[in-house]
Amino acid sequence: MSLLSGHNIDYRIDTIRILEDIDIEVEAGELVGLIGPNGAGKSSLLRLLTGVEACSAGEVRVDDKPLALMPATQRARRMGYLVQGAMAYWPFSVEKVIELGRIPYQKWWQQPSVEDLQKVEAAMTKTETLAFRNRIVTTLSGGEQTLVMLARIFATEPELIFADEPVAALDPYHQLHVMEILRNHAAENRAAIVVLHDLSLAARFCDRLYLLNHGKLDCCGSISEVLTRENIARVYGVDSHIECGEKGVSVTSLSRVSEHHP
Amino acid sequence: MNIKALGPRVLYAILLPVLLLALLLALNVGPVEIDLVKGIRDWFKELTTIESLILFDIRLPRSLLAMFIGATLGLAGAALQGLLRNPLAEPGIIGVSNGAALGAVIVFYYGMAGFAWFLLPLGGLIGALIAVSIILLLVGQSRSIITLILAGIAINAVGGALIALALNFAQSPYAMQEIVFWLLGSVANRSINELLIALPFMLVGWGMILYCGRFLNALTLGEETAKSMGFDVARLRLVLVLGVTASVGAAVSVAGNIGFVGLVVPHLIRPFVAYEPRRLLLASGVTGAILLLVADIAVQLLSSNGEMKLGVITSLVGAPFFLFLILKSRNVLQ
Repeated sequence: MSLLSGHNIDYRIDTIRILEDIDIEVEAGELVGLIGPNGAGKSSLLRLLTGVEACSAGEVRVDDKPLALMPATQRARRMGYLVQGAMAYWPFSVEKVIELGRIPYQKWWQQPSVEDLQKVEAAMTKTETLAFRNRIVTTLSGGEQTLVMLARIFATEPELIFADEPVAALDPYHQLHVMEILRNHAAENRAAIVVLHDLSLAARFCDRLYLLNHGKLDCCGSISEVLTRENIARVYGVDSHIECGEKGVSVTSLSRVSEHHP
Repeated sequence: MNIKALGPRVLYAILLPVLLLALLLALNVGPVEIDLVKGIRDWFKELTTIESLILFDIRLPRSLLAMFIGATLGLAGAALQGLLRNPLAEPGIIGVSNGAALGAVIVFYYGMAGFAWFLLPLGGLIGALIAVSIILLLVGQSRSIITLILAGIAINAVGGALIALALNFAQSPYAMQEIVFWLLGSVANRSINELLIALPFMLVGWGMILYCGRFLNALTLGEETAKSMGFDVARLRLVLVLGVTASVGAAVSVAGNIGFVGLVVPHLIRPFVAYEPRRLLLASGVTGAILLLVADIAVQLLSSNGEMKLGVITSLVGAPFFLFLILKSRNVLQ
């Protein structure tokens, strides 16, 4: 039984079909990468899987039970969602932002409990954000902000983490840091689903990849099954050089394929 | 702005005594000087003396009304600024104030205000209700907060136009003056009845707003994240808008439009509550109550004949102060 699964997922906005007939499965312990060109439907699929948006057809199941029937609080506790370009609208301190991750455990009149504050502390340790706990989050660098937003999710202690392009616009050091944190999370018999544009990073960290194209699942499987020259040329429209060394797979885009029409 | 946030205990240890002090001062101010202690003593002895009459029939309703309306405006301003994640939002932005004002103006226009004391506030409440109904119809299933703001602007414009129409065709200069003076906003010459008709709506509205506090905190990270934290964004937005409608509609219905309190107070308090939208709600409510009491004291001290309206002084002081706040805080809010 898989931890999370999607069956024949369709998603439409008005009459525009965003996703069509997607099947996806995520086992406990896995870090799964969602890849594909811009507009392929990666973010939409992530939103359906987190339950933030409802499928037009098909269903998402968690522990083989329909996600749509799961109480909202339960869903909030079990599934953490890092939106693309997550930011705070008010100049909160780092600690206060991370405290927001405990909201699913509080009633509407309650303040954070001692236990909540302990979880916040643990989340800060896990993400190495203790050093700037008192800083104002809006004054942090992009990399630090991403770590804080991740810490907010860890404070919730979810089984599943969904991250939408968490490493876009980060420097190599922070890219590795964020991906390591997500992989460690998956290694605790939990799971993470990450939307990525950097194929080499996807190859280095993910257990399996789902390649989306024009709202459809193009292919899925292990790194070597998905990241082939043919697949990348067909879906991304670029000719690439793929190098498999003992230190991992690296994908280099060489040139655009002239006959490709995205 | 390097203002250190205060813990809840410290904050309320400052605000609540100040509120009490402002209330006592307000009870002491008026065209005639009275002995407060004698007034209270006579009232308990059920003696009808000048002191007890002035204190309990004139000053107490007026002061309590100023207090509750100030609290409503502060609370509603903080709520809308949190919902829209925009520090420029104020209670009037969703069209409720102008809707309520229009309802009251219609009562004036048809000369019904003199028939029964409750017709004026009732007209205001109905106006507020109609305004928010139209807005909710316009917004419908839309997910966008922009639609809500635009609908509010449209309703405000329609309300303003119809008020202008009523002024244009007012039967007499006296009727026109009556309407204009009422619109300026005042808590003078209100009885305990106005307080009693407005208070239930205010209390319900406050409750609905405070219920949304945790949701407003979650909204700090955006609507998508709030949804993923288990909040039904559409439903809570409705609860908040209805809460603002009930409380602000009631406030405008009995006192007219009192500007700038709802805009300035959350600004003033935000740094002291570490920018947390939920803590801001109650703190803004108490501060709004203090400010409106003080403004009402100032009005009475500045013009003993009662010509100066409360809404005029809040705008006169509030607008430049708001400018000052923007200059000071523009580096913190991006």
